[in-house]
Amino acid sequence: MRYLPKSQSDREQMLHEIGCGTIDDLFAPIPQEYRLDRDLNIPRQFGESEILDYFKQRAAENANGYSIFIGSGAYNHYRPVVIDSLISRGEWFTAYTPYQPEISQGTLQSIFEFQSMICELTGMEVANASMYDGSTGAAEAIMMAVRITGRHRAVTANTVHPEYREVITTYAKHQGLPLSSVGYGENGRVDVKALEAAITDQTACVLIQSPNFFGTIEDVAAIAEIAHKKGALLVVSIAEALSLGIVRPPTEADIVSMEAQSFGVPLGYGGPYAGVIATKEKFVRQIPGRLVGQTVDRNGKRGFVLTLSTREQHIRREKATSNICTNQALIALMTNIFMTVYGKQGLRDLAKQNLAKTSYAVSAFEKAGAKVLFKNSPRFNEFVIQTDRDSRELNDTLIEKKIIGGFPLKKFYPELGNSAVWCVTELNTKEAIDAAAKGAGR
Amino acid sequence: MNDKIKKVSTHVSQNEGLIFEKSSPGKKAYKLAPLDVPEVDEKALLGDLARADLANMPEVSEIEIIRHFTRMSTWNYAVDYGMYPLGSCTMKYNARINEVVARLDGLAGAHPYQPEKLSQGALRIMKALADQLIEITGMDAITLQPAAGAHGEMTGILLVRSYLESKGNARKKILIPDSAHGTNPATAAICGYEVENLKSNAAGMVDVPSLVAQMNGDVAALMLTNPNTLGVFEQEIHKIADILHEKGGLLYMDGANMNALVGKTRPGDFGVDVMHLNLHKTFSTPHGGGGPGSGPVAIKKHLEPFLPKPVVVENGDGTLWLDYDRPHSIGRVRMYFGNFGMHVRALAYIMANGPDGLRMTTEDAVLNANYIRKKLAGIYDLPYNTPSMHEVVFSDRNQARKGIKTGDIAKRLIDYGFHPYTTSFPLIVPGALMIEPTESESKEELDEFIEAMKAVAEEAENTPEIITGAPHNTRVSRMDETAAARKPILRWKPRAAGAAE
Repeated sequence: MRYLPKSQSDREQMLHEIGCGTIDDLFAPIPQEYRLDRDLNIPRQFGESEILDYFKQRAAENANGYSIFIGSGAYNHYRPVVIDSLISRGEWFTAYTPYQPEISQGTLQSIFEFQSMICELTGMEVANASMYDGSTGAAEAIMMAVRITGRHRAVTANTVHPEYREVITTYAKHQGLPLSSVGYGENGRVDVKALEAAITDQTACVLIQSPNFFGTIEDVAAIAEIAHKKGALLVVSIAEALSLGIVRPPTEADIVSMEAQSFGVPLGYGGPYAGVIATKEKFVRQIPGRLVGQTVDRNGKRGFVLTLSTREQHIRREKATSNICTNQALIALMTNIFMTVYGKQGLRDLAKQNLAKTSYAVSAFEKAGAKVLFKNSPRFNEFVIQTDRDSRELNDTLIEKKIIGGFPLKKFYPELGNSAVWCVTELNTKEAIDAAAKGAGR
Repeated sequence: MNDKIKKVSTHVSQNEGLIFEKSSPGKKAYKLAPLDVPEVDEKALLGDLARADLANMPEVSEIEIIRHFTRMSTWNYAVDYGMYPLGSCTMKYNARINEVVARLDGLAGAHPYQPEKLSQGALRIMKALADQLIEITGMDAITLQPAAGAHGEMTGILLVRSYLESKGNARKKILIPDSAHGTNPATAAICGYEVENLKSNAAGMVDVPSLVAQMNGDVAALMLTNPNTLGVFEQEIHKIADILHEKGGLLYMDGANMNALVGKTRPGDFGVDVMHLNLHKTFSTPHGGGGPGSGPVAIKKHLEPFLPKPVVVENGDGTLWLDYDRPHSIGRVRMYFGNFGMHVRALAYIMANGPDGLRMTTEDAVLNANYIRKKLAGIYDLPYNTPSMHEVVFSDRNQARKGIKTGDIAKRLIDYGFHPYTTSFPLIVPGALMIEPTESESKEELDEFIEAMKAVAEEAENTPEIITGAPHNTRVSRMDETAAARKPILRWKPRAAGAAE
């Protein structure tokens, strides 16, 4: 086996030194009746070229060369080549969690930069080293609000990504945390009146997403005021991180839970991605997950360490703020490199291209005869189209044109009929937008 | 440097500040394609919601970025540099083919919501991995959705909970041995269970009489790591399972140490009802500096209706689809389908090994741990004499007499060119040194490690001050962690002070 660095004589010599006759002597602690005395029934060993062929065949069975018009929590943005070039260094991807700071300063400093940039972008004061993803991050953010307020209910907007809400439901179900849901108005934004009525003196937090699942940007300041008036916190979930390049950050929020996939992370059929939780300094001791802090060594030299770990499971066990152990360090590094490549001007330029393409697409779809819902509300790079035809059928006809159409809403929002949420990024050409609009029109 | 330090020499390493310190206005590392649609005015489109500027985000050029991240990378230790004997972490070689196939366009570029008929390759990979993990564990069904080990634990305990609820009573408690990982009790707590500690016996295994005494109708499950965190196989595992089952409880196995078992025995055969795997341990997906992981949960048939949705299902014609219509499901634990990129890598690893390679991998992992044990026992105190599987736990008892603790020995090991073992865990061994070499080490590397450990033990006798001051040859010396926690500095701020926006 080519990954094993020992010759048969090495093995024999080692067994001899241990004082064993055969390797199976070392497995004697396993009761005989449970020892596997046959080969596992899995395919034989493959040569490297065969492995590559197998996965090339699988890759060929997936969509290739399509113009992707779905966002809905996973955004198709260009990934600068320096990302993979850098993260392919073994020092990044074959290292472990930086528990030994003297030989982990690379990972630690990069996480410190990640935390800093997330603060700059979100307008929050502290950010953690990352969470699994946006959906579990949103659930953890709600649990954090429960700890801070001592209240045990949460209100979620039903314009939050439906799969985020499903994950939150799973997390909340067994923690004695009742959830209530608030709908949207004709403008595709949270129904503020209904929200106001839903918040009680038992509400720990309100969770909204902005831009929301329809692509509409919420009025965070107004919603924060309503939540705060009743002593509840506001948690803002951001699924499309690139929106922060051009949309005002949700500074009025108490906790921001962001999915950072847009920042250079491959779509990868849904993962791995990287969530992150950012918040106000006063809540830092309730934040879940790892944190990196700056300090000095014995000679006064600047360096970085994992810190405030008394919140975490390996110290606190059942009293920890969360059971989370792994974060998404390598994915956070991808996003860190992406944010560095684009930086202050580039994130803005890139976001503006998305805005322009989306604005063009909206008029192209309208011109072609499709109905745009929530038309007068501000949006970033997603919009909802209503058609006569069933959205799935429509998407089937677009496949021939090498177009993957918008995400059909019927399953989660049956009241919207034949509607789908479409996404346009810098990677959708005018030509593809025109073709999609023509196909989606009457 | 002394002449016993053979693995490393010091060399010049580059200094590098924070990226913000290299930034100046107008520098760029990107060039967008020209916009092929009309420009827009964001103020007109967004009004008050338009962002004024991006505060203190950096502005640097491409070459500076390459140097920045390359220089920082050289400050990390890595499996690619050498042995990384962190107990319970299974720091094995990360094969390059795994990285190549995960980046193929049709896989890396697949949108999770693209139609199922355009996702057959991805679904086929998930199905193949699921089938093979089921065979490897001897279980009946699996979900690949959990994003990491602890997330798998949560999924597994929610499955237990839903199953018991369907029987009429979710019960109140989870039993957890005192040797368990911290994630186990934290998981039980977030799933709404009380944690009850179960003590270990003199051999380091579950104390069966205690289990009998503590097992009753309030106990939902026992969370057991096997081999446990001492690297010891629970020899009475089936009896343990029977005790739980007789009173209607379930056996949860934490699969963190599955690297000791693959191809030699199967948890499904020895009575486990539900278990998680860590693809980033046993199945070689890279640790990445602390994630991403992947924590599939394998189960016996009776738990199958409760699996997270969706599940991959095969049609009569061989095509695959996603079944969301699962009325008894615990629900979702993560959006989409889990860390698919890790599923690809794990499958590539299994294919590269085949049944013979996987078995030999396990054998080499156990051989390596026992070789270290044989060579270091006596020099380092072995608190439990029970046979070791894939890892061995010593204590610092011999060295503590001179005031040298496990953490000090670990720091000195850095000067010898090795990443430290896991310190101070499991908690049942005071001053623990938990060593897991994995199968990826050659005899030569193991011998160098053993020599280094012996040399440090000698220093502990003769020149303890050199150990308490270690590491001496690193970029930074021991960090002031107390100061870091007392007055946390968790982000860079511009010198002029003031918040971002």
